[in-house]
Amino acid sequence: MSVMTSMLPWIAFLLPLFSACVIMIATRPLRTLSALISVAAVLGSFICACFIFFQKTSAAASISWINLGPAFSVPLGLTLDPLSRSMLFMVTGVGALIHIYSLGYVGADAGKSRYFASLSLFMFAMLGIVLANNFVMMFIFWELVGVSSYLLIGHWFERAAAADAAKKAFITNRIGDFGFMIGILMVWTATGSFVFAEIAKAMGGFAGHTGYLTAAALLVFCGAVGKSAQFPLHVWLPDAMEGPTPVSALIHAATMVAAGVYMLVRVGFLIDASPDALTVIAWIGTITAVFAALMATQQDDIKRILAYSTLSQLGYMVMAVGLASGEAAMFHLFTHAAFKALLFLGAGSIIYMLHHEQDIWRMGALWKRLPLTCLTFLIGTLALIGFPGSSGFFSKDAIIALAFERNRPIFILASFTALLTAFYMTRLVIVVFFGKPRSEQAARSGESPAVMVIPLLLLSIPAALGGYKFFAARFLTLPNETEQAAAVPIVALAALLIGVVSATLLYRSREREPVHIALFRDRFYLDEFYTFLISSTQGLLASLSAFIDRWILDGAIVRGMSGGVWGSGFLLRLLQVGNLQAYGFLFGLGIIGLIYFAVFR
Amino acid sequence: MLLFIVFAPLVTALLILSGAPGRVTALFGSAATAIATFTALFRYDPVPGGFQFVSSLTISESWRIHFLLGADGLSLIMLVLAALVLFCAVWFTQPVGKSERLFYACLLLLGGGAIGAFASLDLFFFYAFHEIALIPTFFLIGIWGTGNRFAAAWKVTIYLALGSFVLLLGLILLYRSVPVTARSFDLRVLQSAAAAGGIAPAAQNTIFLLLLIGFGVLISLFPFHNWAPEAYASAPAPAAMLHAGVLKKFGLYGLLRIALPLLPEGARHWSWLLLVLLSGNIIYVGLVTLAQKRLDWMLGYSSVMHMGYIFLGIASANLIGLNGAAVLMFAHGISIALLFALAGEIRRRTGTLAFSDLGGLGKVMPFAGFAFGVAAFAAIGLPGFANFAAEVMVFFGAFRVGADLQGLHFFQVTTVLALWGVVISAVYLLRAYRSIFMGAPNDKWNALPDLAGALRIPVILLITATLIVGFFPNTALRVLRPTFPATVAESAP
Repeated sequence: MSVMTSMLPWIAFLLPLFSACVIMIATRPLRTLSALISVAAVLGSFICACFIFFQKTSAAASISWINLGPAFSVPLGLTLDPLSRSMLFMVTGVGALIHIYSLGYVGADAGKSRYFASLSLFMFAMLGIVLANNFVMMFIFWELVGVSSYLLIGHWFERAAAADAAKKAFITNRIGDFGFMIGILMVWTATGSFVFAEIAKAMGGFAGHTGYLTAAALLVFCGAVGKSAQFPLHVWLPDAMEGPTPVSALIHAATMVAAGVYMLVRVGFLIDASPDALTVIAWIGTITAVFAALMATQQDDIKRILAYSTLSQLGYMVMAVGLASGEAAMFHLFTHAAFKALLFLGAGSIIYMLHHEQDIWRMGALWKRLPLTCLTFLIGTLALIGFPGSSGFFSKDAIIALAFERNRPIFILASFTALLTAFYMTRLVIVVFFGKPRSEQAARSGESPAVMVIPLLLLSIPAALGGYKFFAARFLTLPNETEQAAAVPIVALAALLIGVVSATLLYRSREREPVHIALFRDRFYLDEFYTFLISSTQGLLASLSAFIDRWILDGAIVRGMSGGVWGSGFLLRLLQVGNLQAYGFLFGLGIIGLIYFAVFR
Repeated sequence: MLLFIVFAPLVTALLILSGAPGRVTALFGSAATAIATFTALFRYDPVPGGFQFVSSLTISESWRIHFLLGADGLSLIMLVLAALVLFCAVWFTQPVGKSERLFYACLLLLGGGAIGAFASLDLFFFYAFHEIALIPTFFLIGIWGTGNRFAAAWKVTIYLALGSFVLLLGLILLYRSVPVTARSFDLRVLQSAAAAGGIAPAAQNTIFLLLLIGFGVLISLFPFHNWAPEAYASAPAPAAMLHAGVLKKFGLYGLLRIALPLLPEGARHWSWLLLVLLSGNIIYVGLVTLAQKRLDWMLGYSSVMHMGYIFLGIASANLIGLNGAAVLMFAHGISIALLFALAGEIRRRTGTLAFSDLGGLGKVMPFAGFAFGVAAFAAIGLPGFANFAAEVMVFFGAFRVGADLQGLHFFQVTTVLALWGVVISAVYLLRAYRSIFMGAPNDKWNALPDLAGALRIPVILLITATLIVGFFPNTALRVLRPTFPATVAESAP
């Protein structure tokens, strides 16, 4: 029993890896079998996760990855506390539904085996992040989710946009991880450990080094900025929508992008120790929330609207972390995972039935054509805009109330973001589901197959009910309900109403976009700015270095040893004729001279 | 055991030159070598550690030169790398147009020279074996190379010969620096003499600098790196695999085996210089790599750049960094060999390696695309591959040197630069992958054949090797751990 119990987390963790390997090695040509293996693996993980969750398993065997004795040993150990148990349950649950949904969505794709192998690899990596008990192990799986995300965004790699988006996502994440790794090294230097439980005990190592602590905390936060797509590294997420829609639901909405938030909560003892770091984190979250919501109001691609909305909601979570409430962040992470996965899968259902049409202005009146999709999409929308009684209402209001209590400017911006959220989602729903069909496909579409609709129905349950205490408290430590000033619910409700009503008035029975705000539509020109920045710094430096290397270093050391005496023509001739002795002698003389000056002078 | 490992490739080369069929003999010879190295790896007993499988043959008593072979963990890891890459390079050799026998013999000499150097415990033969490997390099590039092959062949030979010359100077000084009674070419004797404080610090500084430059030229240490990209771009793929993957590690092996344990004071004295130069490798050469427009040149520069990480592990001179450096030597050897092999296959099919000419090959060559992706991600340092495990050790090892909580010092700053280099690697490798394998298929390449079944075997071998060490670094550390504490004093954090 005890052996079984301690092995159970490992089984849950390794099943998807096993599936990925089997597909890659053996069943690539058998596409349906590959898909079924992958689905079976994730269902197996989910069942294990259920056992772990309900039996409150708390121990798992640990193995050694790098063993250099006492000086440096990296274990691969699993954390099983309430936080990771719930997360395990959520990730495998949502993952299972999305795997099943994928059976329909990529049913006829030639790269189906590759798709499911990558999806399994992703599940493995994500479970690694959830279960990791130390920084190095977390970093390992952090990188692995990065690569599985790369593979899945680039699934249709022959499309230039998808190939570019995959590369951009990976590199942007790498930039975040650059900071993350420095942060890990700094924490290790100060506390002598990278195992979370040991760091928490050794936080005294930072005593008297506030600046160092703040730097370390913020560098660790850099990892989350990349993975959770926070400003200024958010640019990859909207482009990542080039991947298949179930991937967008699973990776780029429900789980991977939430990993940054999860990591911050996991190392809360580190972050919370530095008030300055907390302030920066809270503001980064706020900026992301507001800017992303502004950009969302002007997008026309249904998936991009949802992507910006994901950015904005992640901003809320990071804001909560920065306001020193990991509970509120996790609460919103959970409800968001349910309703955003639901929204993406709903969007996928539409896109699938409309033959990969993603422009909302070529949809319209779809409630008649896809009634179940429409119904579940509405449930998701209500949750996202925080309609009273829906899951998002509870979790988002918890964050807004927190902001009211701890930081008024953030409270105002958070409420404004809520207004914008209500606005852009109402716009989306009206344009897509109501009015008149604006294209041939929209007029003739039907409902998606059952394998895609059933996950929608199942996900709408937590999206609707996930916020109620009787439901949520099973999974999470809920944030303490503070004595809320009456202002908070009133402001939140007002923001919601203003957003919904204004969008309704503006977009009811429109044929095309009535408002044009180029700044929002073109994402504040940040992508252009980055392109310029990279080409003017790194690109320029690269060309310059290449020039130096080719013409100056190579020229000076190899061809120019004889300097102006004979000129390079002679030496080039030497090179061709191959007068080894003369040439070698000169070069050797140079080196000896160099050493002479270095050593004896 | 070691006698067989060292002589198998050389004897095979002689057999081929004297008329045995080229490919079959070479395959058998290199396979036997590889199997023998694996056997030695498993039979090595880490509990006593030290040099095992020692065999000795006196050549000249008066000159105190002995043919002395022996291997510890570090040598074994390098031997396994050399034999494995040699076998794969032989397998990857395509029908050669002119004098096929000579080609195979050159490959075997190149690999065999490296193997001999890694197994030698005697300074004289350590040096001589490396010289043996230089000659076939010249022929391989000069006769079977592409592009401006004569210039490249001369350039690499002259560069390496000069590096060897400086190295020789250093080794002679080293020999003369120990007290007359302790003078020997036997590394073990020299080690105990050095441990007893036989080499004066001032002499250490001079000799270490000579060795650093001598070995550095062979490793393409910045700014002595210019021979490498051109040579690798011109060399036939199997030669590039062997040279970039294996022979280049000779210099690093020498630093780890000779310079660091015998001259610890010198190493400490010059660590600032090494840090500056290795930053040049990582950042400057990294940027140069970014600017490349052809795959072969890009890979050549990237192999120069990645030497910086191994140097960083060596510079840290502590248990963590040195083990990391050793594993990284292995890891880099595997990944760069695989990349050069695949680049060679692409060039053979398309006749070009310019990024602008290629594109969409993933559709027509799915296996090659898969393998290149794996190798590229290994080189980027993705977890799961040996490179990542090694780099983690290098970074942790380097970051701790001289660390306090007041700020970042020289070692920390260099580590941070090296971490930024990881970003640069990701940019150029993914850019290469994007422009070769992704994107819309080009009509010109619609009929390209994928890697044939038989060619997949060496690819899978190399991938398996890097995955095993990546997933279970302890397999390599088992034999490496006893090597470093014995030779290098742990520098306290």
